[in-house]
Amino acid sequence: MRHVTVFPKSNVAQREKVLNLLLGSSVIVLFLVGWELLFQFKIVNPLFISAPSRVVLAEIAMINDGTLLKNLSVSAKEFVLGYGAAILIGFPFGIILGWFKLIRGSFGPFIAALQATPRVALMPLFIIWFGLGITSKIVVVLMSAIFPLIVNLRVAMTTIDADLVHVARAYGASRWQIFRSIAFPTSLPFLMTGLRLAAGRGLLGVIVAEVFGGAEGIGYMIQYAGSTFQTDKVFAGVLVVAVTGITLDFSLDRLGRYFDRWRGEVPVH
Amino acid sequence: MVKLSVKDLVIGYLDKQSGHTMVAVDKVSLDIREGEFVTIVGLSGCGKSTFLNSIAGLVKHQHGQIRVNDRLVNGPGTDRAVVFQKASLLPWRKVGRNITYGLELSGMKLSEAREKASYYVNLIRLNGFENHYPHQLSGGMQQRVNLARALACDPEVLLLDEPFAALDAITRELMQNELLELCEKVGKTVVMVTHQIDEAVLLSDRVIIFSARPAYVLDDIPIPIPRPRKSHIKDSEEFRGLMSKIWTVIEGNANIGGGI
Repeated sequence: MRHVTVFPKSNVAQREKVLNLLLGSSVIVLFLVGWELLFQFKIVNPLFISAPSRVVLAEIAMINDGTLLKNLSVSAKEFVLGYGAAILIGFPFGIILGWFKLIRGSFGPFIAALQATPRVALMPLFIIWFGLGITSKIVVVLMSAIFPLIVNLRVAMTTIDADLVHVARAYGASRWQIFRSIAFPTSLPFLMTGLRLAAGRGLLGVIVAEVFGGAEGIGYMIQYAGSTFQTDKVFAGVLVVAVTGITLDFSLDRLGRYFDRWRGEVPVH
Repeated sequence: MVKLSVKDLVIGYLDKQSGHTMVAVDKVSLDIREGEFVTIVGLSGCGKSTFLNSIAGLVKHQHGQIRVNDRLVNGPGTDRAVVFQKASLLPWRKVGRNITYGLELSGMKLSEAREKASYYVNLIRLNGFENHYPHQLSGGMQQRVNLARALACDPEVLLLDEPFAALDAITRELMQNELLELCEKVGKTVVMVTHQIDEAVLLSDRVIIFSARPAYVLDDIPIPIPRPRKSHIKDSEEFRGLMSKIWTVIEGNANIGGGI
């Protein structure tokens, strides 16, 4: 075999990366320090803004007394069930919608109308229909997460490479074989994008639904803390949601890259 | 023995702009013997690709018959395999699985398909590349995978639709030589469509010249250059004579038909 020389990343690019990291983290640190100072010197009413140190303390207290775990597990359950249902329904439905012209024609306008409706505004209805318990939250998550999936997979079916289909037909492929060997692999990157978008929407759905009406969950915890002027706890709850969101997005991005490995090196910006 | 027989083939299509039915191929008859390499040349847009696609079963014909081994052709089938101008490999499949694709579509088990394909992987010198993704290969290599995919199906008739047209000039010449060598080794019945007259003469036993649209057979020129051939025959008097003979027919038709 021939020798292949792999060039190391140029020093310039390396240096730029380090610099960006430094700048990025220093802005965050500055923000936290400034926030803390505003609190310590009582420049703004401490009741309103809390402080990073207080948030950390509140977080620790919530971990210790078990309230965080209890509420987090409720929210997680609502999210997982709603998100899972959205995938189970949205993935096949989006594909069917994109694959069959007749179904696209019939359901397209209906889907578009539903998609344009703010799902959170339907929350009072969901409560009437499904009660104040976990079910109404699951439905909100499902309704929030399902549309990015449907839309992405429908689009995926329209981006199928016509030349590949032509070749498959020349080899006598049936429609089902074309679907399995071409349409399905084509849909995977779109599924991954859909999953990421859906995760963000779903998370938002959980929190909003719990704030709206409920007796447990992170959203409820935030809402309760807010109405009792416990700003530390509000921030502590928001922090948990943010960290969850980032972790979820990062993992799904990684998973997406794994499914995309046949595309080769994609420049990361 | 006649391998592929085309009789009075007429292919029409609906021109969407005018709403009229246009004739692309007009009463073409051809008999291609087993092991024969036949090339169809003609002006661009003359309908030769349409003709090839209808042999492949991808384009419906309005009149006439296509027979492979005396069996009537009606739609795509495993007795024919096409190599298109674009390699059109499945980008998410490694080279090995691309080569077995045609066999897999015919319902063969993967292990069996791999075994069957391995002969052609060696023949087309793709061994060592089975685990590459298509994007890691050059255009020429991709086209070789395309060719291997078709040959792996072991078709009765191999159809080549301007197989090297998308390649650069140097790669094209190299691929022509490889195809020449390959065909002399495997002895397949081949029908090729091309714009390159030198390519046609180099590879073929017969060159069929199509008229400007609608296509009919203008001339059927045998290429009596003995095999095995080497690419340097392109410098010979005989080769140039055949090329100019073909060119004269095409040019004459273009002038009459105003085809350019």
